[in-house]
Amino acid sequence: MVQITVTIDGERRVDDVEARVLLVHYLRDTAGKVGTPVGCDTSNCGTCTVHLDGRSVKSCSVLAVQADGSEITTIEGLANGEWHPMQTAFKECHALQCGYCTPGMIMAAVDLLDHNPNPDEQEIRDGLEGNLCRCTGYHNIVKAVQMAAEGGAR
Amino acid sequence: MTATEERQAPAVGQPLRRKEDARLVTGRTRWTDSVSLPGTLHVALLRSPMAHARLTRVDVSAVRELPGVVAAFSGTDLVDDFGGLPTAWTVSEDLKTPSHFPVARDAVRYVGDAVAVVVARDRYAAIDALEAVEVDYEPLPVVLDMEQAMAAGSQLVHDDIGTNVCFTFHEEHGDYEASKARADVVFTRRYVQQRLIPNAMEPRSVVVDPTGGADSFTIWSATQVPHFVRIFMSLVCGVPEHKIRVIAPDVGGGFGSKLDIYAEEAICLGLARRLGRPIKWTASRSEDYQATIHGRDVIQDVEIAATSDGTMLGLRVDLLSDMGAYLQLLTPSIPLLGRYMYPAIYKFETHSFHCTGVFTNKTPTDAYRGAGRPEATYAIERAVDDLAAHLGVEPLELRRRNWIGHDEFPYTTVCGLEYDSGDYEAATEKALELFGYDALRAEQAKRRESSDPVQLGIGISTYTEMCGLAPSRWLGEKGYVAGGWERATVRMTPLGKAEVVVGTSPHGQGHVTTFSQITADALGVPFEDVEVIVNDTAAVPWGLDTYGSRSLVVGGTAVRRASETMVEKAKLLAAHLLEADPSDVEFDAGTFRVKGTPSATKTIQEVAFASFTAHTMAEGSDAILTADNLMDPETFSYPHGTHLCAVEVDTETGMAKIRTYVCVDDVGNVVNPMIVEGQVHGGVAQGIAQALYEEAVYDDEGNLVTGSMVDYLVPAPPDLPSFETSRTETPSTTNPLGVKGVGEAGTIASTPAVVNAVVDALRHLGVDDVRMPCTPERIWRAIHEGGGGGTPAAEGTVAYGGESTATTAGGGQA
Repeated sequence: MVQITVTIDGERRVDDVEARVLLVHYLRDTAGKVGTPVGCDTSNCGTCTVHLDGRSVKSCSVLAVQADGSEITTIEGLANGEWHPMQTAFKECHALQCGYCTPGMIMAAVDLLDHNPNPDEQEIRDGLEGNLCRCTGYHNIVKAVQMAAEGGAR
Repeated sequence: MTATEERQAPAVGQPLRRKEDARLVTGRTRWTDSVSLPGTLHVALLRSPMAHARLTRVDVSAVRELPGVVAAFSGTDLVDDFGGLPTAWTVSEDLKTPSHFPVARDAVRYVGDAVAVVVARDRYAAIDALEAVEVDYEPLPVVLDMEQAMAAGSQLVHDDIGTNVCFTFHEEHGDYEASKARADVVFTRRYVQQRLIPNAMEPRSVVVDPTGGADSFTIWSATQVPHFVRIFMSLVCGVPEHKIRVIAPDVGGGFGSKLDIYAEEAICLGLARRLGRPIKWTASRSEDYQATIHGRDVIQDVEIAATSDGTMLGLRVDLLSDMGAYLQLLTPSIPLLGRYMYPAIYKFETHSFHCTGVFTNKTPTDAYRGAGRPEATYAIERAVDDLAAHLGVEPLELRRRNWIGHDEFPYTTVCGLEYDSGDYEAATEKALELFGYDALRAEQAKRRESSDPVQLGIGISTYTEMCGLAPSRWLGEKGYVAGGWERATVRMTPLGKAEVVVGTSPHGQGHVTTFSQITADALGVPFEDVEVIVNDTAAVPWGLDTYGSRSLVVGGTAVRRASETMVEKAKLLAAHLLEADPSDVEFDAGTFRVKGTPSATKTIQEVAFASFTAHTMAEGSDAILTADNLMDPETFSYPHGTHLCAVEVDTETGMAKIRTYVCVDDVGNVVNPMIVEGQVHGGVAQGIAQALYEEAVYDDEGNLVTGSMVDYLVPAPPDLPSFETSRTETPSTTNPLGVKGVGEAGTIASTPAVVNAVVDALRHLGVDDVRMPCTPERIWRAIHEGGGGGTPAAEGTVAYGGESTATTAGGGQA
């Protein structure tokens, strides 16, 4: 077991973890952050995307021990008193149906706008290439990211 | 304030934002795998790496010694814990239903068949321990190609059945041979529906909690059908029905793949009973690819008898449908659910339908979005385009000559279905306008003339489908084990809020929002004041769940009827409170009024509170305003529409890229246009995925080569275009809401539109078919080698017989 210290959604935690435990399993099984789901086992789907020190990562492709000393934001910590504009845009644009990909999609989209505040449609599609959705066909996800960008969502 | 000013705007018809979304965008969700109970034990399954083998030894004794392991079992250890898994549809008298145990006992029949079960204190320990299971497999020859499976002397998937033919089915509507004798042209083609993996984003998961001294059980399952799970778990595991509660919490998509009764549900229930501890199993994605049903996998031989002026007289369809190794809940019924849709919107005089179900050593197939109807629509819409090319007629013109005119509804088709309403002309005109059809045809001509390396193709799909499963009597006649009704309860809380209890089981469709809209209007209460209760058999005692685009047509109608019944009951109490005769009381927009006495009113909320107190009651009214009602449809509903697709094909690389996708759908009246559009987007995306990207491929030993998301191409955002959607609205006459259903329409319509466009781009180069998915390699080969783009699957595979079966390799011939 290895001791790690992390801050998750603003809450500092010290935990002993097995060296092989994936960050996403640590978040779900130890920290109780079950808002971040798992959709695949090959790092293709992006449902488990969180922010690690401000950058989006697929938390299935990071070991919990690699996150030692880091600040992690999950979908559950994105709202700061009120919803993040990306969350609002997803609801307004009907950019989700079953909602399983939504946490990862929103976290990836927020990171996308951090790097490119005014993306065109192709840049949005390319920027979210690592996140799969089976319900929406991405049409309304693109619209939501555009709405958030127009509203200055950061 | 006047009554007019008080009246709230109707909720039905408005794009109201979804009530479901607040928890989904903030991560406050409860997926099955998120259910975490104290003392939970985790299950891992050892799955067969062999497609076909005898099990001569399964030894779990070493596993039981490992740290963290609580128990381990072979299939024969568990014979008292559960029986075989069910099939609910006896499609023919000759149907063969093989034994299908949750854990294999004497043989494995596909890669992924469960061989042993490990129970451990955490998921890592359970998976680690699988390595210590010792299994001796005695390999048997594998059966993968349907035509070879049917040949005399073929290896059998199930020895005891004595044949690989699961069932045969024939239905004649009129005398097809007579049509053929009168025809100038008899056009035949073979189309291939490749095998698909449904890919709901949430992998399957089950949690079972033994409660009440381990004689009662709560099952959480990532399922579309909690009510089915309750019934069938009782039958499979022998737990009395009333001791089982099934909850489908947040469910991350289904598309038919969670319309089933799965081995792992029985395994977890059986182990929870045996061990007296909460049990959890969650599939990895790769495991889900092997152990969750696949879709499609049908070879379609189509023959159209037509006159030289393009009148289509008769249609003959002969299907080979791959069942896989076992029958799941609805496996044999899927190709047959499409049988009435082959004649589609056309006025055929005769239709001859044949279908053979075949066992192979692959994952079982079952319902995938559209379930038989995408296959039918693909075949007929491809065939109409191909026939048009053969006759030298514009494909739209051939359709116009043969489709049912808007003034011919209601129209009884050659199959005997009565299409209640539709307007194919209007939907098509609208689509043509949005698409810019003439300009695109002009551009296409120019590119052909100049031998542009990038050619343009235009694909048409004028589809219809049958929705709203289903009249219970019809289901009974066809051999299905259950009915097709839906039931709803509507009740008022003491403080005047409305609760709706309904048996459809949403997993992304937005039922809570849509049913709130219906109830709000029927009761005259605010949309926000309605709560919709679903997905839990303890809270929703009756239901037949969600599939087949049935939820609004059947469930929504039940909700509307229950609301109306409750208003009638409330009226009795309102009249009593107003000291009026019930026949003198009117209800409008949430208020009861005595005719001719405008000041004498009671709101429905006031009546609800009076009902709760029960201080003074009317004859026939009970304490607590509540009513339930039923919808058992008398017939189906028939959405239709016109989808147009423009594809650019790079003839040098074979890459096909969708430039424009326009769809005009007629799904009848629309309760929430935002949700309807979303259903169309997602449906179209899945249909495009079949046309261009997806295919489950097996190698010649029966290994699923596309065994993970690395190898199976679920389209990502850059792989799809934005869509232009529009509607015509021809109300259905078969239900009081006038709705038709929309969940599957996009998937049904889009696949042939895309492939027709690809072929249209290349027809002048001698190409008359490209097998799905239309990958760059297949398109390039089609251009350079002619025909259908080479072997249907990748080199060296036998997904459909590969090069070893001449009849399924290469392209169809006119």
